Amino acid sequence: MSGVDGDALLSLERVRKYFSTSSRRLLRRPTSHVQAVDDVSLDVRRGETLGLVGESGCGKSTLAACIVGLHELTSGRILFEGTQISGLSRRRLRPFRRQVQMIFQDPYASLNPRKRVGTLVGDPLRIHGVGNEREIRARVHDLLSLVGLSPEHFNRFPHEFSGGQRQRIGVARALALSPKLVVADEPVSALDVSIQAQVINLLDDLQDELELTYVFIAHDLGVVRHVSDRIAVMYLGRIVELAPAEALYAGPVHPYTEALLSAVPIPDPELSARRERIVLQGDVPSPIDPPSGCRFHPRCRYATEICTRETPALLEHGSGRLAACHHPLDRGVVAARASGGARL
Amino acid sequence: MTKEALLEVRDLSVSFRTEDGLVRAVGGVSFCIRKGEVLGVLGESGSGKSVTMMSVLRLIRDPNAIFAGEVLYKGRDLMRLPEQRMREVRGAEIAMIFQDPMTSLTPVYRVGWQIAEQIRAHQSISPNEARRSAIELLGAVGIPNPTARVDDYPHQFSGGMRQRVLIAMALSCNPDLLIADEPTTALDVTIQAQILELIMRLKDDFGSAVVMITHDMGVLAEIADRMVVMYGGRIVEEGTREEVFYDPQHPYTWGLLGSIARLDRPKPQRLTAIQGAPPSLLHLPPGCAFAPRCPQRFSRCEARPPLHDKLGTGHLDACFLEPEAKRTRRAVGIADPGLAPS
Amino acid sequence: MTVFLVRRLVWTAFVLFAITVLTFLIFFATPGIDPAAAMAGRNTDPATVESIRRDFGLDRPLPVQYTMMMKRMFVDRDLVSYTNRGVQVLPQIKAAAPVTLSVVLGAAVIWLLLSTLIGIAAATFRGTVIDPLLMALGLVALSTPVFWLGEVVNLLTQSRFHDSLLFSWVPALGYTPLTEDPLLWFRHLIIPWIVLAVGFIGLYSRVLRSSLLEVQNEDFVRTARAKGLSERRVMVRHVLRMSLISFVSLFGLDFGALVGGGAVLVEVVFGLPGVGSLIFRSASGLDLPVVMATVIYAAFFIVLANAVVDVVYALLDPRIRLGRTQTA
Repeated sequence: MSGVDGDALLSLERVRKYFSTSSRRLLRRPTSHVQAVDDVSLDVRRGETLGLVGESGCGKSTLAACIVGLHELTSGRILFEGTQISGLSRRRLRPFRRQVQMIFQDPYASLNPRKRVGTLVGDPLRIHGVGNEREIRARVHDLLSLVGLSPEHFNRFPHEFSGGQRQRIGVARALALSPKLVVADEPVSALDVSIQAQVINLLDDLQDELELTYVFIAHDLGVVRHVSDRIAVMYLGRIVELAPAEALYAGPVHPYTEALLSAVPIPDPELSARRERIVLQGDVPSPIDPPSGCRFHPRCRYATEICTRETPALLEHGSGRLAACHHPLDRGVVAARASGGARL
Repeated sequence: MTKEALLEVRDLSVSFRTEDGLVRAVGGVSFCIRKGEVLGVLGESGSGKSVTMMSVLRLIRDPNAIFAGEVLYKGRDLMRLPEQRMREVRGAEIAMIFQDPMTSLTPVYRVGWQIAEQIRAHQSISPNEARRSAIELLGAVGIPNPTARVDDYPHQFSGGMRQRVLIAMALSCNPDLLIADEPTTALDVTIQAQILELIMRLKDDFGSAVVMITHDMGVLAEIADRMVVMYGGRIVEEGTREEVFYDPQHPYTWGLLGSIARLDRPKPQRLTAIQGAPPSLLHLPPGCAFAPRCPQRFSRCEARPPLHDKLGTGHLDACFLEPEAKRTRRAVGIADPGLAPS
Repeated sequence: MTVFLVRRLVWTAFVLFAITVLTFLIFFATPGIDPAAAMAGRNTDPATVESIRRDFGLDRPLPVQYTMMMKRMFVDRDLVSYTNRGVQVLPQIKAAAPVTLSVVLGAAVIWLLLSTLIGIAAATFRGTVIDPLLMALGLVALSTPVFWLGEVVNLLTQSRFHDSLLFSWVPALGYTPLTEDPLLWFRHLIIPWIVLAVGFIGLYSRVLRSSLLEVQNEDFVRTARAKGLSERRVMVRHVLRMSLISFVSLFGLDFGALVGGGAVLVEVVFGLPGVGSLIFRSASGLDLPVVMATVIYAAFFIVLANAVVDVVYALLDPRIRLGRTQTA
């Protein structure tokens, strides 16, 4: 994948997204908030793939929806190429909408079954008023061959395709407006293993060819490592670690990352028998009432008293690794923390 | 691994009559499960892995389903057992858990009641005793405070906890065999780790054999003793875990191993994807079902390869290639152990 | 649960109030409808109309009129009919209600029993000829108009074959209270019950069948079978139990609507002096106080049925009763 040191294409600054869960009509209960995304700041650099991993309920999909403008932020802001796009009116957001497109998880549910493939892929062009029917048709043909489908698929319906092909249609549709940033939310998790590899390779090729920037969301750590330049690990709405992909896998700093990695089954019997396994106890707590201090502390084997009180800041731990932990795993980092450890 | 066979499936076929024609979901599979072992059944969607195991318990009630073959369990052919007798086997001697714990418990009954219901279906004990057993089982599967939780409803448990409840239920009658159909697929990795650990611990405590149906090779690398790889409704490879992982014989197995983005190896430039899509069970190729996607195919593949023991070690595969040819053609690095990053 | 009930109660009171206001406005404030003129009859001189207007307080502002009417209905309980001067409204409803209740209760028992049996039979014998046969019968029953069926049955039992051995037991059209002569009560009502139940049997058996088939595909049913339970137990304790949730709510709403006067056709055809008949007569005679009172009575039962359904729903489904947010 291409350069990691590009400038920021997209910046998130202290983004918060809370959902209120007010109950029925009349005599309502006190409103509680699901803290789906809480105080997330990060840059997506031009040309890179930023992986976003975490377990269900960690807020990764909500964050994706915030990035493409499907949710209004509770607070914080999002900048695209230096321009603030959060909080814009629909009309003023439109030019940016073209630049940021999304690929969804379920290729079965995200394509309207009554529309033909040609229409599905061409719709974004029509909606944004790009070109006349003839030009749109030509563009759709190009897009179909770009994603490895043949132009004769133009008049077919989604149900005539296999899961992998449907995801290709979804990719073609996302690319119709030549976006700069593509947010892929679990694009391969609904597919069979042998098909996953095809779609991953396709996304890889398209990135090189079209100079795309990806935000790639997945729960499969193997897939994320394969596609990403940098990876952000989320837990209960917060980023706990953000590091270059190889550094993250070689030596995680945050205990949650360590546990997450060790939980992934490895398709090698001997290796899998040899390695140390950290099995986290309990479930992920509810984001309605997250634990105090470090949100991971109730399940963390290194947790001490400070973890229950103070929220750790996301700090630099050498070689581009950021982690939010009072007891980071990389011992060499302790000194750095002592010197530059101003807390937010 | 020369323990006696607990369950032997002989030439099992399952087809479904549909409007478009006959869909052959399982096309003659034979394998056996030995006492106390963990047999991994690996396959993608449509490979027939779930249908095979559901058929063993005769849980497929579609009037359009046609079954053939034998399932020998303790000397009896389950396929020919009267429904009344079969019911005594189900849940008591062979138990099964399923993929989605969120929907696998009846929402309107307390979990303890649901466990007790199974116990009382097979043993004549009082409701109170059954309840006590349920509490004990909930404790054994690691549910905190089981005395209180026994009276909770399924929706008051998380996904991982519900799968624990289902495991407790499955083990409530001390089955000889536990069939687990993708029990961790719907769960997060850290919860998956908990559930796998639990199954492996209980397997020893209860002395049950386990059939683990999954699409995840990593899961099998961790827990399987032997493995069966299925494709297009047939077994394409069968062997011990080490044989299948370190000396895979079928090109489909190679493809699977190459397709996964692995954490235990340096990152490859590209994943070696298997081209094309799994075959439609309505129009299976007459020969090897994998041939249309197989980079190694040659003229003989138009006939159907038998599942044979070319190596003479009990490691079976259904491919016409000679073992030597396979060793040279197999992509480098797929199989050899010890290539892990330092 | 208490909070749930209180909330329900407050809501019910509010809905009832809104309905009375709405009905009042429809009949008293719609331009073109002049209750005074209607009462005075055709070709009366304006002076008479004016005096009627004054007598009945129809010249007062609407809120005052509304309050007066409600006061006479609920507090003084002496609301009188417009058309039959001097006849009080409330005793009429009091007399009609038990008739309607008798008709509807009996029919409900019949339709619940039969539709449950037919629904289960159809779902169990799916894939055989029995299922489509039962469902076709259900569709016929569902589409048979009640008044037509009633008239045909009347024709057969009252005139054509009344003297045959088969129908000689059928009494003349009308009603005898249960307290007077239980056997005659039953003989009067058995035919209306069946006629009223036919359509509901068709509807309910179809609804139950599709619900059963839907639930049968649920994962928990597979679990129940894998537990080694008998097919009968799986069907009754797991499948039927879950289908019951939607079935009961449907029943509650229909039952409320029928008790509230929805059985009008059957009552009129069989000459039963129930609430439906009362509504029928008062509405065709523009007898506004009676209309008003019956509408409120009907609304009360429908709202009550709604409330009961909600409570039963919560009783049947712990997910509603206990909320869904709790996890562990």
